[in-house]
Amino acid sequence: MQIENVDFAYGKRAILEGISFNVERGKVVAIMGGSGCGKTTLLRLIGGQLIASKGVVRVNGEDVGTLDREGMYQMRRKMGMLFQFGALFTDMTVFDNIAFQLREHTELPEDMIHDLVLMKLNAVGLRGTAKFFPSELSGGMARRVALARAVALDPTLIMYDEPFAGLDPISLAVVGQTIRKLNDALGATSIVVTHDVHESLQIVDYLYFISDGKIVGQGTPDEIRATTEPYIKQFVHAEMDGPVPFHYPANNYADDLNLNHQIKLTGNTPMQSVEANL
Amino acid sequence: MNTQNVINAVRNLGARTIETVWRGGAMSRFFWLVLTQSGMSFRRLHMMRREIYFSGVMSLVIIMVSGLFIGMVLGLQGFETLQTYGAEERMGVLVALSLVRELGPVVTALLFASRAGSAITAEIGLMKATEQLKAMDMMAVDPIARVVAPRFWAGVISMPLLAALFSAMGIFGGFLVGTVLVGIDAGVFWSNMQEAVDFRYDIMNGVVKSFVFGIAIAVIATFEGFDADPTAEGVSRATTRTVVTSALTVLALDLVLTGFMLRAV
Repeated sequence: MQIENVDFAYGKRAILEGISFNVERGKVVAIMGGSGCGKTTLLRLIGGQLIASKGVVRVNGEDVGTLDREGMYQMRRKMGMLFQFGALFTDMTVFDNIAFQLREHTELPEDMIHDLVLMKLNAVGLRGTAKFFPSELSGGMARRVALARAVALDPTLIMYDEPFAGLDPISLAVVGQTIRKLNDALGATSIVVTHDVHESLQIVDYLYFISDGKIVGQGTPDEIRATTEPYIKQFVHAEMDGPVPFHYPANNYADDLNLNHQIKLTGNTPMQSVEANL
Repeated sequence: MNTQNVINAVRNLGARTIETVWRGGAMSRFFWLVLTQSGMSFRRLHMMRREIYFSGVMSLVIIMVSGLFIGMVLGLQGFETLQTYGAEERMGVLVALSLVRELGPVVTALLFASRAGSAITAEIGLMKATEQLKAMDMMAVDPIARVVAPRFWAGVISMPLLAALFSAMGIFGGFLVGTVLVGIDAGVFWSNMQEAVDFRYDIMNGVVKSFVFGIAIAVIATFEGFDADPTAEGVSRATTRTVVTSALTVLALDLVLTGFMLRAV
């Protein structure tokens, strides 16, 4: 999977600028960054749900931006994607969710689909939930079922959008280890978009850090742990302030609180004005 | 200040007009896509059967009960008027013609839009909000073929059947009022009706109307769901739009169709 000098913007708002990286087959790569930095957009570009305004995204050597609808669907049959909240089909049982792609894209007999689905469910430890509906599952279980569904057709590229968000520590470790094991078992390539640093460092081969639509750091887990680069250090150690400012750009605070006007009227100092307002 | 208000009003009017035209165009393109992606619905009839159950069968109670009551009210009101002219034996004709020509298709369409149309919009809208449609697309399965088309055809097939049942229940309601309550002879009630109601002119025109209303409601309901903002508020707004737009469209189409049908005689 190759991304070469990719730009993307929603209207005039630039999301990604000059992004380039390669992911080799068999590797698990994490893309990290703060909320709204463009991580999910990058996944959508790889999956062909969005098209880059500049640059090239190649999957298995094919330029995603030039594929027609049929070509895109052919490519997606070799991809699996785990959505942030699972996106399980709520009108189907767990079994039917996993069987969905097998029924849509293959001519396999139903008894073989039955065995394949149970094997996938067994791989995520949820064979016993086959007859449940998604509404009967906990958040962690739903994520694992979605994981089993994402690999139903043994894809060569698996994408994970925030697979650890909102999970308890046990589910988080289970999902993390399952991602690694599935990737190794299938000989696939995995791209994990997340901001969970500690879990990622344990399961991935390489990490990229994105900020303001650009890659600002990269390395193996050991390199990332040892780095002194300010942005990565702030991210890994969850420091409140640093290259990523705590405050979103805004007007002057005193102006927003209308303090300057009051200072002129009353002659108070700024602190006196604040106290007077309280 | 007044000039500014006028400018803002004109600007808002222009924005709304553009928005309406844009949505009309988008809906037409969507309708075309649904038609071209309908093959799967007919190859896998079980998908359509399931949707007919949810749209059609689950609407049976409200349609049949409403039909019965409206037929009874028509009977009572009709008797009151016809009695003035000494023509109360024609009550069956009045009830039957009112129902098969107008009330059957129109009231069924309004009820169908409220009961099934809103449910279709909410279901598709929620699938969008929970990324189920996106997930399906990423699995190389076209959501229009898999989700929208079966619901569209289920609506188109269910509507004429429900309208027929509505009219039948209404006529039965009129019969009950006419024979049991008012004392018109059952034979007179049915024979007058049989003589006056023409299969091609009255019944088939009603069937054509209900079929056209079915297409309109199914397109509106599926489009609004597919186009809904992926939030709770967006789905709520889309559901409301389905009911309001469907009702207005049905009434406008009824006027146009009735005009054509009367001129055709």
